[in-house]
Amino acid sequence: MRRLRVLRSLVKDSLETITHGSKKYHIWMAFLTLVMLVGMYCYSVQLEHGLSVTGMTDRVSWGLYISNFTFLVGVAAAAVMLVMPTYVLKDIDFKQAVLIGEGLAVAALIMCLAFVVADMGGPSVLWHMIPGIGVFNFPNSMLAWDVIALNGYLFINISIPFYILFMRYQGKEPNPKVYIPGALISVFWAVGIHLVTAFLYQGLQARPFWNNALLGPRFLASAFAAGPALIILVLAVIRTYTEFVIKDKTIKKIALVVTVAAQINLIMLISELFKEFYAPTHHSESAYYLFFGLDGKTALLPWIWTAISLNVLATVILTFHKLRNNFKVLFFACFILFVAIWIEKGFGLIVPGFIPGPYGKIAEYTPTGIEIGVTMGIWALGAFVFTMLAKTAIGIETGKLRYNKKKP
Amino acid sequence: MDNNNKKWFSLNLSNKKKQEPGTCECGKTSEGCNSSGNDHLRDADFDAAVDATIAEERTKDGFEQVFDVQMDRRTAFKKLTASLLIGAGAVSTSCSVIAGDETKEKAQIDWEEQFKGNYKLMTRDEKESTVGRLVRSYQLRTGKNISMSSKNAEEDVLFGYAFNISKCQGYMDCVTACVEENNLDRNSQMEYIRIHEMKDGKGFNFNEADDNYYHEVPAEGHFYMGTQCFHCDNPPCVEVCPVQATWREDDGLVVVDYDWCVGCRYCMAACPYDGRRFNWSTPEVPEKEVNKNQHYLGNRLRKKGVVEKCTFCVQRSRVGKNPACVDACPTGARIFGNLLDPDSTIRWVLENKKVFRLKEDLGTEPKFWYFMD
Repeated sequence: MRRLRVLRSLVKDSLETITHGSKKYHIWMAFLTLVMLVGMYCYSVQLEHGLSVTGMTDRVSWGLYISNFTFLVGVAAAAVMLVMPTYVLKDIDFKQAVLIGEGLAVAALIMCLAFVVADMGGPSVLWHMIPGIGVFNFPNSMLAWDVIALNGYLFINISIPFYILFMRYQGKEPNPKVYIPGALISVFWAVGIHLVTAFLYQGLQARPFWNNALLGPRFLASAFAAGPALIILVLAVIRTYTEFVIKDKTIKKIALVVTVAAQINLIMLISELFKEFYAPTHHSESAYYLFFGLDGKTALLPWIWTAISLNVLATVILTFHKLRNNFKVLFFACFILFVAIWIEKGFGLIVPGFIPGPYGKIAEYTPTGIEIGVTMGIWALGAFVFTMLAKTAIGIETGKLRYNKKKP
Repeated sequence: MDNNNKKWFSLNLSNKKKQEPGTCECGKTSEGCNSSGNDHLRDADFDAAVDATIAEERTKDGFEQVFDVQMDRRTAFKKLTASLLIGAGAVSTSCSVIAGDETKEKAQIDWEEQFKGNYKLMTRDEKESTVGRLVRSYQLRTGKNISMSSKNAEEDVLFGYAFNISKCQGYMDCVTACVEENNLDRNSQMEYIRIHEMKDGKGFNFNEADDNYYHEVPAEGHFYMGTQCFHCDNPPCVEVCPVQATWREDDGLVVVDYDWCVGCRYCMAACPYDGRRFNWSTPEVPEKEVNKNQHYLGNRLRKKGVVEKCTFCVQRSRVGKNPACVDACPTGARIFGNLLDPDSTIRWVLENKKVFRLKEDLGTEPKFWYFMD
C-alpha cells in the first residue's frame, strides 16, 4: 500500500514537472506535438489507402521506415556504453550520464517499435505476433528474435532506471544487489539486440549486399559511435538548459568511446570497400549502385558520399586530442558523425539491398511526403518521450522532486 | 536450421522414388519438409523443437488456439481490455435491435474472421467453417455466390514445373491467364509471372533483359524466359516469416494465409527469385471478372497490406487440372505435373532433357526447371 501511495505521488509529481517549465521548454514541446500531429495525419492517410502512399514497391519493398528502425536499434544499444562503466566497472564519472543514456535507449526503442508498426501492412492483426496468442515463428525467423530482443531490452531499460529513481524519490539509496544483475543483463542484451538486428539482414542469401559476415560487427561499431555521439549532444543541451551538473570529465570519457568506435567503423568500411571493388563480382552490383550508380540511376550518390566525407572528417577530428578536447569542435564532430551514420546505416544500407533486384532490375526508391511525414512524426515522438523522461529524472536526481510523506 | 548442409544437392528425384515409393515423408510434418534426408533422429529432434514452440497450437485450433490458452491474470486483463475495445463496435452492431439481420450476420462474420487462427494449424472443421464464412460474407456483400475450396494436399503428389526456353516466344498469354485466374489486382497491374526478353548471343543475361516490353513478339534476335515463384523445397521466405503465415504444403506448394499475414514483407526480402507480391493498396477486380472458383490458399480475393504469390493455381492443380499459365501457353513451353508419378510428362522432361535451375548455389532447391529442345 505504501509503495502504491509513493507511486501515485511520483506520477502526480512527474506530471507536474513535465507540464511546467520555461518558455523555451513549452515552445519545444509544442513544436514536437505539432510534428507528431502532422505525422499522425500522414499515418491516417497511410492507414486508409495502404502502403501505396509510400515510395515502396514490389521491387524495393523496404524503405525509410525500416532504415530508421535499423539505425535506432543501434542508438538504443549504445546506452550500454554508459551502463557498463558505471554499474559494472564502478567508474563514477559516467554516473551522471547513465540515466540520460537509458532514457535515450527507451525513447529510441519506442521509435523502433513505432517504425516497425508503421511499416506493417496489417497493423490490426499485429496480435498474431504476440507469443501465446499468436503463432510465433521462433526460433526460425530472425524477426521473431528481434521482437523478443527489442521488447526485453525495453523492459530492462525501463525497469532499472525506474527502480533507481523510485528509491531516490523517497530519499533512499538504491540497493546495488537489485540493479547490478539487471545492468549486467542489459550489457549483454544490448549487444544482442544489435547483432540480432544485423542477422535479420545478414541471413538472407537472396541479398548479397547484406549477406556478409562483417555486417553484424559493423553494426556494433557504428552503433557505439552514433549512440554515444547523440548522448554527448544531449548532455550538452541538458548542461546548458538545466541545473543538472555534468562534469567535463564525463563528456570527455564518452568522447573517447565515440572516437574508438568511429575508428573501428572506418576500418571496417575500408575492408568492405576493398572487398567490393578490388575484384568486383556479380554480387558487388549493389555496392556499385550505392557508390557510383548503375545505368545512370544515381539517387543515392549524393547521400552516400556526404556520409563518407562526414564520417572521415568526424573521425579525423575526434582522433586528435586537442580538437576533441575543445568542446565546440567535439559537438560539431559528434553531430556530423551522427548524421553520417544515420545515412550510411539507414537507407544507405537498406535500399541498395534491393537494387538491383533478384533479376538485375534497377528500380529506384524515393520516399514520398507522407512517408517523410510519418518518419518525422515518429522522431518527434521519440524526442517527446525522451524530454519527459529526462525532465523527471533530472528533477529527482537534483533533489527537486522528493516524496513528501505529509502530503495526502 | 542446421539441416541445410544435407539439403544442398539433394533433390534427386530418381533417388527419391527408390527410397520412398508412395510416401512423401514431408507428409509427417507440415513445416520444414525434408525431401531427402532420411535421418530420423534429426526429424525427431525437429519435431520435439516444433512441439516445444507450437505444441499447444497444434492440438487446439482457431478460436481455441486464440482463447483457450494458459495465461496469468495480467495478460488475461490485457487481452480482455483489448477485445472489449475492438468488440464493442461489433457487439453494438450485432445486438442492435435497429440493425437488420444481414448487418448483424455481417458483423458476426467480421468478428469471427478477425480472431480466427492460423489456417495451417486449423482442423478440417475449422477450415470448412472459415471457408463457409468467407463465402457467406461475399454473398452478403455482393449478392453473388462463389465456391471456395479448402482441399488439402493429396498424398503421393509433389508438384513440379518445367519451362522450355526454346519454345517460349514471349506472347505473354500465360501472364494474362494468370491475372484472370488468380484475381490479381488490376489497379496496380500485379503479375506473378515475369517474361524476360533476352538478346541472342548474350546467354542468360538477366541484367540486360527486359521484363516489361510492349512490342510485337517474337522480336528479332531475342529469346524469352519466364520466371515466377519456383516453389522451392527449401524456401527462404518460409523460414523468415515471423508468424508462420506462409509455409510449404505437403504437395510442395508454398502458400500464404492472407488472413494471418501481418504484412512485414520480410519474405519479399528473403526471396531470391522475385516470387512475391504485396498489396500496396486494396486490390481491385471488377465484379464481373472475378473468378468465382476459388481456394482459400489460392485465388480468393485479397485485402490490402498482405503478401501473395503464385500457388501453381492451387484451386486447379489440386483437382487434377494444369495451372492457368500452362493451359494458356500457345507454344507448349510450359510443363506441369506430379514429380512422384513416374509416368508424368514432367518426369520425362527431367529424365531426358538437360535441365537446370536458377541460382542453384543458394541451396533453395526450386521445383522449377528450365530446358531447351
